[in-house]
Amino acid sequence: MAEHYTSFSRDDTRWLLQRVTAVFLVGVLAFHFMLLHFVHHAYEITLAGTTARMSQPGYFVTMVSFLIAGTFHGVNGVYNALVNQGIEGTPRTIVKYGLIIVSLLLIAQGIRVAWVMTGGQLV
Amino acid sequence: MSQSYDRGLVENFGRWTEFSAGMWAWVFHKFTGWVLIGYLFTHIAVLSTAIEGASMYNGTLQGLEALLIVRFMEVGLLAVAVFHILNGVRLLFVDLGLGLDAQDKSFYASLILTGAIAVASIPTFLGGAF
Repeated sequence: MAEHYTSFSRDDTRWLLQRVTAVFLVGVLAFHFMLLHFVHHAYEITLAGTTARMSQPGYFVTMVSFLIAGTFHGVNGVYNALVNQGIEGTPRTIVKYGLIIVSLLLIAQGIRVAWVMTGGQLV
Repeated sequence: MSQSYDRGLVENFGRWTEFSAGMWAWVFHKFTGWVLIGYLFTHIAVLSTAIEGASMYNGTLQGLEALLIVRFMEVGLLAVAVFHILNGVRLLFVDLGLGLDAQDKSFYASLILTGAIAVASIPTFLGGAF
């Protein structure tokens, strides 16, 4: 039998979070695609319909969780890919904090948009 | 038991003749991952038009959906997402040490299933586009 191989250290929190978010995203990404392309068609989407969905607390929480999990999983994946390419030292530190800042900005903007989609006002 | 393994730089295309199913799976997973994270940023940017009101949001989404190229890109996005999901599930099993002996077969199965789902989705994605 083939030997067990994994590219990540098992005592690494990011390794675990990458897999936990993967499991979550498998379900939610499939749900998102099914709902907004096969149940509702993308060309039929209007803000009124979006607001009706986003105003449901369960849907809102699911979508914000989707945003946060997707951003972490994607940006951490990009970081892992760059580390695997051999980036190190100062460039690695710059990339790391750059990606963290970009992630936080994306999540903040995504939550602002999700809030507006519930019919809420921005301050 | 896990062990470290130096697979070298897979993006060194001089190694293309060495490519195996596992390596192609790795390259495809990275490629689809880059596409998906790029799309996430674009997606939030487009949805941000909701802040400007219903006419801007509806006009932007319906304007994009009126472009045939966008409809085809949506089929491509679905294919990318489906492969990333299926191969991701495959990777989770590999990380658990399950199905290693069939890891090449599961990669080919992921490709075939991705192709089948993408083709089956074409009527839905192109509906009303012509």
